[in-house]
Amino acid sequence: MPSLGADMEAGTLVEWQVKPGQRVKRGDVVAVVETDKGAVEVEIWDDAVVDQLLVEPGTKVPVGKVLARLRAEGEAPAPAGVAPREAEGLGAALSPVQPVRAPRLKVSPVARRRAEELGVDLALVKPSGPEGVISMGDVERSAQGRAASAAKPAALDKLAAMRQAIAAAMAKSKREIPHYYLGTSIDVSTAIGWLEQQNLKRPVTERVLLAALLLRSVAMALKEVPELNGFWVDGAFKPIQAVHLGVAIALRGGGLVAPAIHDADRKTVPQIMHALSDLVTRARGGALRSSELADATVTVTNLGEQGVEAVFGVIYPPQVALVGFGKVVERPWAERGGLYVRRVIHATLCADHRASVGHRGGQFLSALDRCLQEPEKL
Amino acid sequence: MSEAVRTTYREALRQALREALLRDARVFLMGEDVGCYGGSYAVSKGLLEEFGEQRIRDTPLSESAFVGAGIGAAMNGMLPIVEVMTVNFSLLCLDQIVNNAATLRHMSGGQISVPLVIRMATGGGRQLAAQHSHSLEGWYAHIPGLRIVAPATLEDARGMLWTAICDPDPVILFENALLYNLEGELAADAGAVDIDCAAVRREGADLSLITYGGSLGKTMQAAAELAHEGIGAEVIDLRTLRPLDIGAILGSVRKTHRALIVDEGWKSGSLAAEVCTRIVEGAFYDLDAPVTRVCSREVPVPYAKHLEDAALPSVPAIVAAARRLTSGRD
Repeated sequence: MPSLGADMEAGTLVEWQVKPGQRVKRGDVVAVVETDKGAVEVEIWDDAVVDQLLVEPGTKVPVGKVLARLRAEGEAPAPAGVAPREAEGLGAALSPVQPVRAPRLKVSPVARRRAEELGVDLALVKPSGPEGVISMGDVERSAQGRAASAAKPAALDKLAAMRQAIAAAMAKSKREIPHYYLGTSIDVSTAIGWLEQQNLKRPVTERVLLAALLLRSVAMALKEVPELNGFWVDGAFKPIQAVHLGVAIALRGGGLVAPAIHDADRKTVPQIMHALSDLVTRARGGALRSSELADATVTVTNLGEQGVEAVFGVIYPPQVALVGFGKVVERPWAERGGLYVRRVIHATLCADHRASVGHRGGQFLSALDRCLQEPEKL
Repeated sequence: MSEAVRTTYREALRQALREALLRDARVFLMGEDVGCYGGSYAVSKGLLEEFGEQRIRDTPLSESAFVGAGIGAAMNGMLPIVEVMTVNFSLLCLDQIVNNAATLRHMSGGQISVPLVIRMATGGGRQLAAQHSHSLEGWYAHIPGLRIVAPATLEDARGMLWTAICDPDPVILFENALLYNLEGELAADAGAVDIDCAAVRREGADLSLITYGGSLGKTMQAAAELAHEGIGAEVIDLRTLRPLDIGAILGSVRKTHRALIVDEGWKSGSLAAEVCTRIVEGAFYDLDAPVTRVCSREVPVPYAKHLEDAALPSVPAIVAAARRLTSGRD
């Protein structure tokens, strides 16, 4: 079970999209996992053949549990009936006696049927009976508790779970990360003008929004200040070469996810635009991929559409920085002795003082400004 | 409804025999000591004097011979009632019962009927040791071609016999010997009852106690104790062990979601096992706990009183099993 976020402890396998014996290549979606943040597609990291699926759909398992076993092309399948061992070496040392299968919930037949009728997730039902068996009464109590706390049970349950997850991550952030905040106003008149020109040449469906330009600029500026791009793990900063931009996306009905646009530093502006619309669509449709949720190296949040002028955000651990953008506003702008009306955006940087200092943070915002003044170079 | 009279299980059986002998001249009773001695359990006391040797016939100690004679009489138009002293002794006439009585209708293509009633005492608890104390009715309930009934109440002791006599096929009536002294009220005009349906002897919502015959009393007592603890036990008296009234069993289990079977037979390959299987086949998705059984310990029933008590189902054992079964309920 992959970790699909620093705050994730367990996930429910919803379905397998591969069968034993099937050939898979790196990046293929092999399974769908339900997390607090919604359904996520899990990708495979190696070219291989699926040997065994070890977890039944519907099972909730902790992060780190082996879901399936792969074998190299041409390698003989594992003998049937032999319980596969945990990975040897480090993995084995970390989890010496974990059974391969998640323990099966003990549920009485009528309780199982009742749970289906009431739409109760058995993994969340607390057994009261002997030997931890979930009885019909337990299911009904669980459903009643849920009904009492929510008018629209299923949806609100999920939202509540997501809220819990966000709460945990944000509390951890504020508890552990010494934030510092920098902000600056950036004249984006040139950038917008350039975009409008570009968009004239494009079909409507391929038009690029300012958001894509901002993301690309952040990626480029980060290359100049690499101590803002990476993770704080085990008491030390771990810089990451690639820039995976986490984009905060508000979900309909509440909730928030920040899936990543991978390798934003190596994507063109139109490519980033494409990736962005794809991410938003899939985030709202609940079809994000595991890698997108797990490996953002920095997060960008844009609350301009909400009419906000400046964002002072909370870093998403284990990342070390968050870049915020407000709305584009027309402002009187004094420059070289003249006064102009310019389109201006307020950019902020929230950064982890353990990983960077304000001086470098300031250099990042300057670089961002510079990038946006030369959009044709992006 | 006429007035109720105070009577016993034994007396109810005797009145049932009298009624049958009076109603139909083809009815006669035979068995060991049923005449001069009045029956080993005194059920037929006084009948020889009332009905004469032609109709109350003492037989030699040969179960195979007199049960075989009963089958022959039934095939030839009589309505015999044959008493076998205990089910343990019926093994001597197993061939007659299983190979002849049960099969002849089927083997003759329906040409031959065997309208025979066999009465047997069954069950332990009287310190009569292993050769007189077993509950083998479950064996007979295995055999197609037989109907097996087990009166557990005064009404059934009074009413099952005539219905059994009217059945065109062999019926075995099991009388738990501990019930003979059972006392109670019975309607003065009590008569024939059905031998098809199980009966709900007590209603309850939390679990179904399924039993029959000699165990009904213990089970009712256990249900009363459970009620004091707030556990509502429904008591099902099977009444007819073959064919089982599966609808009644499943109906109760679908209501209570828990089943405990109380059977004086042993667990292995038993009637209790059959009832359990029927429940699992028919009401699996209604079960909220595993089906449980209280049966006799897997030993020949001991002679020593404390050992015999320990070997047979008891009220405390039923109560304890019911408590375990319902510990996770609402």
